[in-house]
Amino acid sequence: MTSAVRFQKVSRHFGSVRAVDGVDLDVASGEFFAMLGPSGSGKTTCLRLIAGFEQPTAGAIEIFGERADGVPPYRRNVNTVFQDYALFPHLNILDNVAYGLMVKGVGTAERHREADRALELVKLPGYGTRKPAQLSGGQRQRVALARALVNKPKVLLLDEPLGALDLKLREQMQEELKSLQRALGITFVFVTHDQGEALSMADRVAVFNNGGIVQQGTPQEIYRLPKTAFVADFVGSSNLLSPDLMALLGGDRRWASLRPEAVRLAGDGTEATVENVSFLGAATRLAVEMHGTKLHVMLPAGADVPGVGTRVRLAWNRQDIHYMDDAA
Amino acid sequence: MRSDRGQRSPILLKLFAAGGLLFLHLPILLIFVYAFTTEEKSFQWPPPGLTTRWFAVAWNRPDVWSAMALSVQVACIATAIALVLGTLCAAAVSQTKFFGREVISLLVILPIALPGIITGIALRSAFSLFDIPFSVWTIVLGHATFCVVVVYNNAVARFRRTSGSLIEASMDLGADGFQTFRHVILPNIGTALLAGGMLAFALSFDEVIVTTFTGGQQATLPIWMLEELIRPRQRPVTNVVAMVVVLVTFLPILAAYYLTRDGDQIAGSGK
Repeated sequence: MTSAVRFQKVSRHFGSVRAVDGVDLDVASGEFFAMLGPSGSGKTTCLRLIAGFEQPTAGAIEIFGERADGVPPYRRNVNTVFQDYALFPHLNILDNVAYGLMVKGVGTAERHREADRALELVKLPGYGTRKPAQLSGGQRQRVALARALVNKPKVLLLDEPLGALDLKLREQMQEELKSLQRALGITFVFVTHDQGEALSMADRVAVFNNGGIVQQGTPQEIYRLPKTAFVADFVGSSNLLSPDLMALLGGDRRWASLRPEAVRLAGDGTEATVENVSFLGAATRLAVEMHGTKLHVMLPAGADVPGVGTRVRLAWNRQDIHYMDDAA
Repeated sequence: MRSDRGQRSPILLKLFAAGGLLFLHLPILLIFVYAFTTEEKSFQWPPPGLTTRWFAVAWNRPDVWSAMALSVQVACIATAIALVLGTLCAAAVSQTKFFGREVISLLVILPIALPGIITGIALRSAFSLFDIPFSVWTIVLGHATFCVVVVYNNAVARFRRTSGSLIEASMDLGADGFQTFRHVILPNIGTALLAGGMLAFALSFDEVIVTTFTGGQQATLPIWMLEELIRPRQRPVTNVVAMVVVLVTFLPILAAYYLTRDGDQIAGSGK
């Protein structure tokens, strides 16, 4: 399996700010790769390093085996879908999509034919004569996608692609992006701060924090086996158990995580007090207090729901306790 | 649709508005009228008679032509310099962050805030300090100081509203710096540059104070007019020239207005 993008100890410092610090990254060819993290975690800078808008302070970047550091954006076979779409306001949709072919010197007839085909691909046929201002946010996003894809990039970069869309459109675009990526076989690298988006769309996820990658893996691995408390906290609403609590419960004196859905009510478990009950439809979430620590418990639909203030006993399987590296 | 449609404004407001407009524009009409008067020593009202002979006189006066030529030359060169420098400066200030950016931004705008007489004296003493003889270029230099500001102000406002990611998008799609400038930057700031350039040309064309200090013995059109008024000789010739200047400058400004009207307009700052 060839690497589409490979970072070796890549750093990008802005003065004393270490936006990206010693990142190792390996994106496989044809993969749907997500870079997940809070704002300021370095994920967007990593994307800009791949696109060529930033150059690394240290380290090496390879795109399909070729050294990319020092190569300007216009000589990379990589295209970007920008967060604000960055459509050219003075050009109509067709010329926007054909822009990449135009600057490469492709003839008018051919580049318009290609642009038309790309617009069909993103389900916007016949929109060529409109101006970007006449389109809705979702349509602009599709145009931005077509404008990037028409150049047949080896890697497509997406910067918070769904951030500006409303929920319904977002879910629809998630599925479309996924099937588009499967159909085209192009490597997609996308940046998001939405863990749901990352987990549902990506083949693999890199979780960023403080300019570095905390954990890389499949969505299942990231969700079930978070390496640090930060990942557990950021990726899901996981319960964090402190070393003291773990010792009290008879486990190792280390930080651990416990998924809310892994906890059940049992007759012989640890005592806790119900503080809040939220009905979520498919499940009911309890907020409980156990030995001074607040936990969430997810009860499946149909289970008996205890009232607020009642004493309950909680139990879980030993293997659901997941020990982590640190509490950072 | 206007929300106040059908509402009538009070009669007093209408009178004041009409009065204000008359106060602003009647003197210009007077200039036109005096261009046709038969009295050549003083401006006498009402004109004792009407004639068109001053047009022929003005046409045959070489000093009118040389002043006009100098003014057009200076305004063209100053505007060209302003377009290049103003655009570059605006691009640097709005697209990148660097040490001293705010200071540079302030220093560029300063000449327009500074009284023209200060600019004039400063330039004149600088010219004499370095033994630079007065020429077309010394006038051009003086005018460029404020023409750059006008172009800069127009360009920087447009640059600020032009998303920086447009340039990145262009580069991302394979366009090098020159292609990006030609296909993305220029179309987006074009009308702003046109408006700025027009304004710069107009400012240079009627500038008196700085020119007095940087022009030496040569007379641009406004300086020539001033001299004509002080030493009366065929006075209506000045009015003929003034009338032509009004017509000649009005047309391009009207054109610029119509050209920039569709895009959201940016007000130029006047000097």
